[in-house]
Amino acid sequence: MTFDVRRYRGFFGLTMLCLFILYVPLLVVMVYSFNDSRSITNWEGVSLRWYVDVFTGPESEKFKQAAWNSLTIALSAAIVSTTIATAAAIGMVRGGAFRGKSATFALISLPIMVPEIVTAVATLIFFSTIAFPLGTLSILVAHIVFCIPFAYLPISARLQGIEASYEEAAQDLYAGRWATFRHVLFPIMGPGIMSGFLLAFIISLDDFIITNFVKGAGVETLPTAIFGSVKQGIQPNIMALSTLLLLFSIALVTLSYFIGKRGEALQPDRGD
Amino acid sequence: MTAAISLRDVRKTFGDFTALKAVSFDIADNEFFTLLGPSGCGKTTLLRLIAGFEGTTGGTIHLYGQEIEGLPPDRRPVNTVFQNYALFPHMTVQENIAFGLQMLKWPRADIAARVAEMVAMVRLGDFVHRKPAQMSGGQQQRVALARAMAPRPKVLLLDEPLSALDLKLRQEMRSELKRLQRETGITFIFVTHDQEEALSMSDRIAVMSAGEVQQIGRPSEIYEHPANRFVADFIGETNLIDATVEAVEGQIVTCRLPDGETVHALANRAASKGQSGTLSIRPERLTITRDPPPGESLKGVLGASTYLGTDTHYEVRLGPNLSLTARMQNAEDAALRLDEGDPVHVSIVAGAARFLVT
Repeated sequence: MTFDVRRYRGFFGLTMLCLFILYVPLLVVMVYSFNDSRSITNWEGVSLRWYVDVFTGPESEKFKQAAWNSLTIALSAAIVSTTIATAAAIGMVRGGAFRGKSATFALISLPIMVPEIVTAVATLIFFSTIAFPLGTLSILVAHIVFCIPFAYLPISARLQGIEASYEEAAQDLYAGRWATFRHVLFPIMGPGIMSGFLLAFIISLDDFIITNFVKGAGVETLPTAIFGSVKQGIQPNIMALSTLLLLFSIALVTLSYFIGKRGEALQPDRGD
Repeated sequence: MTAAISLRDVRKTFGDFTALKAVSFDIADNEFFTLLGPSGCGKTTLLRLIAGFEGTTGGTIHLYGQEIEGLPPDRRPVNTVFQNYALFPHMTVQENIAFGLQMLKWPRADIAARVAEMVAMVRLGDFVHRKPAQMSGGQQQRVALARAMAPRPKVLLLDEPLSALDLKLRQEMRSELKRLQRETGITFIFVTHDQEEALSMSDRIAVMSAGEVQQIGRPSEIYEHPANRFVADFIGETNLIDATVEAVEGQIVTCRLPDGETVHALANRAASKGQSGTLSIRPERLTITRDPPPGESLKGVLGASTYLGTDTHYEVRLGPNLSLTARMQNAEDAALRLDEGDPVHVSIVAGAARFLVT
């Protein structure tokens, strides 16, 4: 007898419950972002006033600055951490067997397992011990560090699926190490590197705890700015801003999905 | 004339495993040379040492007189056709073939001319803008050949390139490879575990087993005069019978078989009376007749037969400890009409038996 999930008793109810808990709050936020009311609970008709408010209202300057900080930090952190993660993946996957390989892998992926609050406190203590000034730069450094494992995992997974004979073929055809990487390994790894980059970007863009600890006074990213506003009571403009962020994330995930698809299409087929 | 490849005491170990034990031989210029052996015999390791993907544990490799040990693969004027082709999936056929030339910094016009020439040589004109994934296995194979031959390597290394193709295509590619080798005059080193491939294409074959070369010679030498029991058994089919030497007359020995019969055979090296060894007789060199033939023959009873179209395999029981396989061509309609249990005579074609000293 085969296992058919559609006929499994209780499957439908459980699925609906999970979907409800996961998505109804998001749906409420999205719907109420179009509410033409100052109240966040009373529905008074459809309007785009809170979207206008995000860009022109009293808090708009704060949000714009925070969004700019978030984007530049996320972009820089993703670029640097992806570069480091790519180098690490090549070393780990292609570097042959060396003593302490498992330990190295554990060290690379540990930041995913360590509770974020512990990392946040430790990073803050580290920065103050070496008297590193808190601000945009301290956020960036912290983000680069915790983004590396997130970028590393998809990149090394992709590299493990690539046969070593491509690199051997390139070297055999007179490509040196760098030319082999640039013309052969990098293009074939491309989809994995792109996934790693997008994951690092989203993780950085989304981070609150560590950012909040190491940001210093006066520097805000979008998550910390939103948290700051919500502390004075939830305004409908926060719903509009959250909806915009959600759409941005969905766009990125969709992009990464299609890049992954393209990568699959490039996988060689043995033919017949 | 300097040898294309000259190996001297080449050894390779991986940890505790010895892949190659002190291999020494020369491969001549313009030769189609085959490394033949079962998997794990060290043939692919030897190819990878020549290509430079692995370093030797000991010994020297010279390419046209130049020591190449220590040079990385990109600085050795040899190219490889990989078993899985390893075509770059993100490049078109044209880009794949041009890759080596670009890396060698050929002028653009020369690259275009050479790529066109290679495409014509392997007859892939309609496919130049396709990606490897859009081509069949046989077409990918041709691209891999064109890509490896484009930079005019001094030696072309082929690592079981036909093993992924189906039978018909494999046979086509055999003559194609032979043609390419003749036309270009490049030295080919071909690795395979398929003896038929080796026999049909090679100028010379090195039969390898357990990290050692068992015999080097022309295909007919290897088949007709195997150096030892392994070679006799691995190349083609044969009857291997334990035997002892009764008498020696030059290279011809009289051997005694387990049930007491005697047979004359050509010894692979000097043998002396009383020495034990193996008698090897190819099935197609045995003739079965109902009536005793003139000259030497063995009496037996016909066992099971297997009909194979062009010929039939018969098993003949000669005694309690010995039976032989004979292969008779079905050249005539009536053939022999032999039935199981019939008493028959088996004769050995003159000069076809080999005695292999243990």
